[in-house]
Formats: sequence, C-alpha cells, structure tokens
Amino acid sequence: MLYREAGQYKTNYAADVSVFPLREDRVGLAVILFLAFCVVPFISNGFMLQAVLIPFLVFSLAAIALNILTGYTGLISLGTGAFMGVGAYACYKLTTFFPQVNIIIWVIASGFFSAAVGALFGLPSLRIKGFYLAVATLAAQFFLSWCFIRVPWLYNNNVSGAIEVPTRTLFGIPITGATATPFTRYLVVLTIVVVMTWIASNLVHGRIGRMWMAVRDMDLAAELIGIRLLPTKLLAFAVSSFYCGVAGALLVFFWYGGAEAAVFDVNQSFFILFMVIVGGLGSLTGSFFGAALIFILPIALRVLAPAVGLPLHPSTVEQLQFMIVGALIIFFLIVEPHGLARLWQIGKQKLRVWPFPY
Amino acid sequence: MRAPSGTGTTAGETILAVENVSLAFGGVKAITDVSFDIRKGEIRAIIGPNGAGKTSMLNVINGFYWPQRGRIRFKGETRSKMRPHEAASGGIARTFQNVALFRGMTALDNIMAGRSLRMHSNFFWQLLRHGPAMREEVEHRKRVEDIIEFLEIAHIRKIPVGVLPYGLHKRVELGRALAMEPDLLLLDEPMAGMNLEEKEDMSRYVIDVNNHYGTTIALIEHDMGVVMDLSDRVVVLDYGRKIADGTPDDVKANKAVIDAYLGVAH
Amino acid sequence: MDLLYKIFVDPFVQMGAAPDLLVQTLWEGLVAGVLYALIALGFVLIFKASGVFNFAQSIMVVFAALTLVGLYALLRQWGVRPTDLAAFLALGLTIGVMFLLAVAVERMVLRPLVNQPDIILFMATFGLTYFLIGLGQLVFGGESKVMIAEELYLPRGSYEIKMLGGFVNFQKIDIAAAIIASIMVATLAIFFQKTRIGRALRAVADSHKAALSVGISLEQIWIVVWFAAGIVALATGIMWGARSEVSFALEIIALKALPVLILGGFTSIPGAIVGGLIIGIGEKIGEFYWGPLLGSGIESWLAYVIALLFLLYRPQGLFGERIIERI
Repeated sequence: MLYREAGQYKTNYAADVSVFPLREDRVGLAVILFLAFCVVPFISNGFMLQAVLIPFLVFSLAAIALNILTGYTGLISLGTGAFMGVGAYACYKLTTFFPQVNIIIWVIASGFFSAAVGALFGLPSLRIKGFYLAVATLAAQFFLSWCFIRVPWLYNNNVSGAIEVPTRTLFGIPITGATATPFTRYLVVLTIVVVMTWIASNLVHGRIGRMWMAVRDMDLAAELIGIRLLPTKLLAFAVSSFYCGVAGALLVFFWYGGAEAAVFDVNQSFFILFMVIVGGLGSLTGSFFGAALIFILPIALRVLAPAVGLPLHPSTVEQLQFMIVGALIIFFLIVEPHGLARLWQIGKQKLRVWPFPY
Repeated sequence: MRAPSGTGTTAGETILAVENVSLAFGGVKAITDVSFDIRKGEIRAIIGPNGAGKTSMLNVINGFYWPQRGRIRFKGETRSKMRPHEAASGGIARTFQNVALFRGMTALDNIMAGRSLRMHSNFFWQLLRHGPAMREEVEHRKRVEDIIEFLEIAHIRKIPVGVLPYGLHKRVELGRALAMEPDLLLLDEPMAGMNLEEKEDMSRYVIDVNNHYGTTIALIEHDMGVVMDLSDRVVVLDYGRKIADGTPDDVKANKAVIDAYLGVAH
Repeated sequence: MDLLYKIFVDPFVQMGAAPDLLVQTLWEGLVAGVLYALIALGFVLIFKASGVFNFAQSIMVVFAALTLVGLYALLRQWGVRPTDLAAFLALGLTIGVMFLLAVAVERMVLRPLVNQPDIILFMATFGLTYFLIGLGQLVFGGESKVMIAEELYLPRGSYEIKMLGGFVNFQKIDIAAAIIASIMVATLAIFFQKTRIGRALRAVADSHKAALSVGISLEQIWIVVWFAAGIVALATGIMWGARSEVSFALEIIALKALPVLILGGFTSIPGAIVGGLIIGIGEKIGEFYWGPLLGSGIESWLAYVIALLFLLYRPQGLFGERIIERI
C-alpha cells in the first residue's frame, strides 16, 4: 500500500533512466535530506555530532571511494588509508602555503593530489589482477605510511610528527580549528558528502559506471566490445583516490582537528574495506549502511555496556569490536554476500508487494 | 528458412581474409596454415569436429589470440595480429561459446555496454548526468530498445542476467553484439543447448540481422541442418587445418569432411 | 651525479670494505627469510589444498605463540613444577588448540562458504584475522610476552666465527630455526607428493565439485590442512618469539609473507622458500646499505615494492603456474 509502482508509467526513456524512478524513493530521499540538513543539527548535542554523525559521514565517503574501486570496478585495494592520508597532508600543506584561500577549496583540491597518486599506483593494475593487485596496493599503503613519518616537510617539520589543524573560516564563521563548533562542521561535511555522493551516483549510473562494471565482471569480454582496460581502470583509481583524499582531508580538518601518520595506516584500510563488504559491494547506499554499522558499533558497545550493567574497560571494548567486526564479516559473507544493501533491496521488494506475500 | 539469394554466392568484396594463419599454445598446435576469406554481406559457417580450432580462429580474428604466423586482412588493412580494441572499433563484434555476459548487470545494461564505443560524452557532463550526457544516454537507450524489441526480450530487460535462464543468455549476448552495430559479426555456437523452437528463433534473428542490417556473419555451429540452411559458404576445419571450403552442397558431398566427422583415421 | 654515485656505487664499496658485515647482513637476511618462508608455507598449504588465500595465517602465528606462552604460565600457576614438563605439556595442549581451531574454522567458515568464489573466501579470512586479533587480545592481553625458548630446550647463545677480517655472529636459535624449517618443508613436500591424502589435497585445490564427486571428503581434508598450517604457524611463532618477543606487532611483520608468496607463487612449496629467502635477504641488504640514504625504516615497504616490481615483469610469480585465460 505504501510503496507501489502501479500507476507510475514512464512515457519516455529520459524518465526511465532516472536514478530513482519510483516516486516513493524520491520522496524518501527528500525527507532524509530535509532531516539531515534542517532537523538533525538542531536536535543533536555536540557529542552526537562530533563523535557519531561527522565521522559517519566521513567514513561513508571513504566507503564510497573504495566501493568505486572495488565494488564497481573489481579492483581490490588495501591502500585506502594511505590515499586518505595523501589528501589530508596535501590539504594541510596547501592551507599552510595559502592560508587566505577558502579551506573548502583546498579540501577539494587535495582530492586531485590523491587522485594523481592513486592513478600512479594503479598503473600496475593492467598487468596484475585479483589478490596480486591487493598486495600491490599494500606496497602503496606501506610506502605512503612511511612517507607520512619520514618526510618532515609534510607535517611542517613539527617535532611531534603530528599536524594540528589551523582555524579557517567561511563567511566569517570558523569551520575548522579549535573554535569551530560541531554544528558548523557537521553542516559543511554534510554538504560536501551529499554533493559528492550525487556526483558518484551520476557516474556509476552512466556509461562510465557500465564500463567499470563490465571490467569487473569480465574484463576480457569488456575489451572485446571496445572498452579500453587501462584508461578505465586508471579512471577508477583516480576517481576513487579523489574521494579518498577528500575524505581524508575532511577527517583531519573537520573531525579530528589534527592527525598523525598512524591514522592512515593499514588498519584504516581494512576498516573501510569491512564497511564496504558489510554494506554491499557495488552499492552506494551500501556504503552508508556499512559505515554506520562498522563505525557506530564500538560506540554503541561503549555506551550500551554500562547501561546493561557490564562495566567494560575501553581496551576490552576495542577487542570486542575486533571480534564482532570479524565475526560480522564472516556472517555477512555467508548469509548475504551482497551486504546490507541487498537486504535493504529485498526489504523494499517485500514492501512493494505488501500486504501480499509475493 | 534460406536467406534469399543475392547475398553471398554472388561475388561480393572481401571484408575479412585470414592468410596462412598458424597458432600454437606451447606444443599444442591449434591452427595450422589456414586461409579463407569472408565476403561482405554473406553468412559464412565455420564447422568441424570438436577441437578443430574453430573458436581459436574466431579468437584470432577478434585479437584475443595472436597467431605465430600468418596475416589478417580486414577492410583492406593487413595486420600480423589484431588487437581487441582495433577489432572492436573496426566493426567486429562477437558472441561466445561459454556466454560472456556481465553477470552483475541487467540485460539492458549489458546491451547498453555494447554501445560504449559509440558514447563519447565528456567526463564533465557525466559527473553531472545532465546536458550532453543525458541526451546521449537517452539516444543510445532508444537504439538499444530497438534491439531488445527485435530480439523479443523486452520483458526481461531489467532483470540481472545472472538470474535469467540459459536460453535467454545467448539472446542477450547477441543483443550486446548487435549494439556495437558491427560490420562483421562472429557467432560462436549461438544455438548450443537450445531446443528446436529456440533454434528457429535464433536462426530467424541471424537471417534478419544479415538481411536487415547487411551485417556479415561468421558462425560456428554444430547443428548441420542450421548450417546448411543458413549459410552461403562453409569452411571446414579439422585438427587445425582447413579441409574444405565452398557452398554447403559442395561441402556436404566432400569425402574429407565426411571422414572427419565419422572419425575415419587420417 | 653525486646522488647517482651514492645509489649505484657507494653501497657496493661499503660491502667490499667490510665483508664480515656483509656476511652478517646476509645471514640476518637469511634468517628473516626462513621465518617469512615458514609463514608463506602455511599460506601455500592452505591455498594448495583448498584454493583459499588464508589471510589469517599471520595472526595464526601470533595466536599459536600466545596460546603456548599462556598455557605454560597457566600450568605453572597450577603447580606443575618441572619447567620442561610444563613446557612440553603446554606444547601438546597448544597443538590440540590448533586442531580445535582448524575444526572450528572448517565448520563455521569454510563449510558455509563452499563453492563461493575465491574472493569471498579471501574476505572471510580477513574477518577471521580480525576476530582472532580481538580474541587473542581479550584472552591473553595486549602486552608482549617472552617465548619459553629455554624451557623447550631451544639453544641459546651464539657462535662467533672469525672470518673475512672481522667477526660474524651466528645465533644458535637461528641455526635451529633454519634446520627445523628445512625438516618441515621436506616433510610437507613428501607428504603432498607421495601420500594418498596429499593427492586428495591437490585434487581439492583444483576443484571442489570434482573432488566431491570422486568421494573425497572436503571437510576432513580441510581440517587436515588447516591443522597442518596451524602446526607450521606454531613452529613459526616459537622461532620468531624466541628471537624477539611475542606481540601483535608480529601480525604486521607477518604480512610480509604476501610479497614472499608473490615471488614464489601461491602453490609452490619450494617457491615459498626461495621467495622467503629473496625477500629476507633483499630487505636486510636494502635496509643496511641503502637505508641511510633514504631514511631508516624502509624495511616496512621494501618487500612490497620488490614484489610489485616483480609482478610487473612476471604476473604469476617465480614458480606459479602461468594463468592462461580462455574465453
């Protein structure tokens, strides 16, 4: 009753190729956006914004980045953390050199740096496939991690090896640094993430998305219908790394307020990969689901455990988090390899025919 | 079911010729010194017992395998080997013995993927999915829907191909090949695993494509009835060598061909 | 010009100037290589027999070592007096634990995922890795521990040999490690080639369905092979722990087995050894002679870059089978 396509006829192809053909989906999306922009920031306290919502958005963006590379194009990457780091440090250097330029411009610009680095490390993907490519991306991960420590210029020769985010403003309101409120930071991050998600959606639903999926599903056949493999794969690396870079810059400038090399280590790469697996490979909405589950889980544990009466030491929480995440991965791979996104779709299917069983 | 005459047997210009092609994998000789030509607008069948090198021959034409010896003349240009991208942009499309569809995509998207060569809109517009990008998407969608209607798969076009029954896979694959608007269409056992009705449908599509669009077709097929009815000329391979080349009637009466199929030692 | 000299000439000059240092570095590299090779061996076992790329092999090494040390401490706490009795009892129990782990993995991870594409199994082993990291830390605590080397009668001390103008130091534990590794490799190689179970393992690696259809019990095979990998992991953990200490940092170091596998191929036992030695030696030499040029710590990525360069030239590794794709 609630969710029907009956009566929604498409009279031209332009309408049929739209991303959300069903009216209910469009309404739903509008409602979510409205809530996200106009309701949530006003009813949430600082903790909710700072510790839950902002990082959720940042990780969703990173998950989208990895999804583009691994979910849509089938190129396994374990270098996500490092590419995020490239964006973060690039942004830091850019704003150090040109502090008067708006920080948001630098956040976006830093994406181009990580895109270039990503494309460079993506070159081997023409010769190397599958597991081997995963190991090649580890080379990128470890090398770049080493650079983040060993190249003092990157962190302005700061003795501690860490970077601290300076205060930057937009229309006179501080949006980064110590004086920026969670409220403003949330809105900036939300805007950037929404716009970039929209762009990613446009890409994957068009001819480029089809080229990527063709390469993922059977690259030999893709070649034989005229898709050039190297440019397609490099584009995937470039776009994915662009998104990683922006996510990294957002992470440092709008969430942590600072960073050190360890933030972008191989564990970060794994966590983003887990988000993508659990959320659903090849699904943008899945990226959000996965980020939500993997990221919010430890917070929920930390908050709920005392509520249930179990006093949990913080390190125990972390250990349980590892165990639960590990078990979740295995569970999802067994039960629904296409992740939460597929479960969501199945749910919607059931809703379409509700109250009938099929 | 015979294609009306006026194609094939009359001398048309050669669209593709393989000259003295030899292909070996390590010690296994797949093709030895094979030469034949395909004339524009004809339906050319490549037949032979299993393991004769037929699929390998198509792979060489496609650029998937590179022969150790010999040349390929396509549309006037001679090459010692074809590259997949050259073959595709030159107008060669193909279907595969073990269906090579993109399993993660719907039938419609698979066929749309076949339009990749012809979709050029700028990356920037792709980011926005607006303007030229959108117009191009709709325009190519129209073409693809024509193909879908022709192949009578409109009812399943939005279904992911992994879910579809085997018989429809071959049709979707044909659709993807047709989407490339090829000059030369290579079909590798398009009727394999089909019942009589499905074979009749597929034969009808093949003839229509040949008549309607003027597409030259090279087809590997085991069903002799289909071969005899559909093709203008036939080339027969056995153990990687050409043993006969001519009209279906010529080939049917050829002793070497009969021996090869009956398994007479030679 | 000066830079070129520093890269291409100076290190070799240094090598020649102090040959005893060179030998020492080579030996260190060899020893590290043997340990990498052992980890890679565990990978190869599982991959050869089930087609699963067991990312969790490295954490199994840590987990095995931790279990051993933990059980020893527990036994001592319960009053088992003679140290060697406690040590070997703990060893026996740990072997039992690795067996149980193999059974658990087979039942809860492999069996539900049989026939799924390799990539899914690969990712499942990621999940297994993180699960074991969490479990290990929860049960045994996150601090590093000392391996019970003495109690297991592993040799201590070293031989100092005067050669090439200086002294070269050979730790006895390293020699022991090399010997034990060789014995293991030889045993496994014979096992795979000559025995009935070995043949069955190779059949399973080729095709699950085909192996099932000739009556090979996949479950038994997998338990056998994960158990064998567990034993290899235990041996590796003991050796490595004896040289330094037992900690979770080992997990990251053990990831180095991946470049080893790339060099040696995923299905070759001799390949794992050769690959391990090349990476181990290459890393140490690189770090010692070229390291000061670039800044220290290049060990963290040098192995991967070597593997990457190698892959570009030969995508299937040194010993791997050439992948011929048919369409």
